Amino acid sequence: MIVTAPLAALGRFVLGALALAGRIALFAAEALSHLLRPPFYTREFLHACLQIGWLSLPVVGLTAVFTGGALALQIYSGGARFSAESVVPSIVAIGMTRELGPVLGGLMVAARVASSIAAEIGTMKVTEQIDALVTLSTNPMKYLTVPRVLAATLTVPLLVGVGDVIGIMGGWIVGVSRLDFNSATYIKNTWDFLEFWDVGSGLVKGAAFGFIVAVMGCYHGMQSGRGAQGVGRATKSAVVGASILILGANYLLTEAFFSA
Amino acid sequence: MIDLRDVHKAFGTNQVLRGIDLTIPTGESMVIIGGSGTGKSVLLKCILGLVHPDRGTITLDGEDVATAARDAFLARFGMLFQGGALFDSLPVWQNVAFRLLRGARKLPKDQAREVAIEKLRRVGLKPEVADLFPAELSGGMQKRVGLARAIAAEPEVIFFDEPTTGLDPIMSGVINELIREIVVEMGATAMTITHDMTSVRAIADKVAMIHGGRVRWTGPIAEMDTTPDPYVQQFIHGRAEGPIESVR
Repeated sequence: MIVTAPLAALGRFVLGALALAGRIALFAAEALSHLLRPPFYTREFLHACLQIGWLSLPVVGLTAVFTGGALALQIYSGGARFSAESVVPSIVAIGMTRELGPVLGGLMVAARVASSIAAEIGTMKVTEQIDALVTLSTNPMKYLTVPRVLAATLTVPLLVGVGDVIGIMGGWIVGVSRLDFNSATYIKNTWDFLEFWDVGSGLVKGAAFGFIVAVMGCYHGMQSGRGAQGVGRATKSAVVGASILILGANYLLTEAFFSA
Repeated sequence: MIDLRDVHKAFGTNQVLRGIDLTIPTGESMVIIGGSGTGKSVLLKCILGLVHPDRGTITLDGEDVATAARDAFLARFGMLFQGGALFDSLPVWQNVAFRLLRGARKLPKDQAREVAIEKLRRVGLKPEVADLFPAELSGGMQKRVGLARAIAAEPEVIFFDEPTTGLDPIMSGVINELIREIVVEMGATAMTITHDMTSVRAIADKVAMIHGGRVRWTGPIAEMDTTPDPYVQQFIHGRAEGPIESVR
């Protein structure tokens, strides 16, 4: 009994995790299946674009500018050990566009948006607004989930693109003001070494991360338990789940791009 | 006519409904009473298809609710939720006209707004309320808006879930009167869930009491006070002593 108890607990945990993954996958598949079937709620989609894309811009921009600046300092410091300080502009640009822009942008959107979606939908559930939608002949999946998933999948890549530019600008500010780089040379080196796929791969990651954020927010909101505690738990699960999935998906996508 | 036969529903090991048999004739106002946790709201949600019964059949005018076309079926219903369940993100008039702004019976926006304002007026609210958001309204006003939404599309069947919970006695009286007037005026079939005996007497044509997952007693409102059923007598008089176990 003493020997098997931990194994049983591990088994329960694994089965629970697999069941949860299955439920989330089915939820995402259902959301995708509704994307092309009317009715379409254009007003809700545009509202979600504003909430998820436009209003996340300050937090993503601030994250990017500080990350770009810190990255420039770190690369300069590391590069100085083997007289490679001149790689700062190109490595900042590649690092921001391929990795830090999408990942940090995705994580910041997860913190801001997944929590907000889960709390909003969770509150709607506990106050019977979701039931009210059904009695008013409106499918909550179409009305609440699809506009948010579509909006996040389309706007997060745009946020990542803007974040890339701001991050590179952060590196340039530090490079020019702190590390004595010539401004024109810094910009030329950034431009010369940056390839289309550096930016493109980051945007693809952004779309995947946006999809993850919205699906996790909507799923946990819809599954919210009763009361303030239930909504709080749903919000926490949405942010934690989205963050872990973003990091996992980032590795898998990077591996796929690396192999291609 | 709504007909429920042998309806069972359990949540895990908790058997909530244990064989409900109940008939609500067309145009009649049925009030369901019973203690907390006896499955009154679950019963109502089973009829609407929000919860699927484990066993038994529910029909509306002979049509099984489990197999009916959902949109057409739900279009015949209006519902006032316990907490109002108004959509926070929409102004009052869009809450009231929600069904009229979407779906098969969609109206132009101006026309839907006019209908919403008319329904708000019917429940005693001024047109200025139309552009406010639900969070700006008092509890009584939210109930009225919920009532206006429930009747906006002229449904054949209206459900009221605890319509007076959380309201002061005067506002409860106003809501009870409104419900009675509207149900009579529209000729709708009504089903109300409540603990409030004043509401029962104001709204009901017939009363059904649920206890232990079954219909314990049903009859016309006039017979409720004289029935010898000890469960009904304990409940309507709010006695702590009696066959219904109470936790002290």
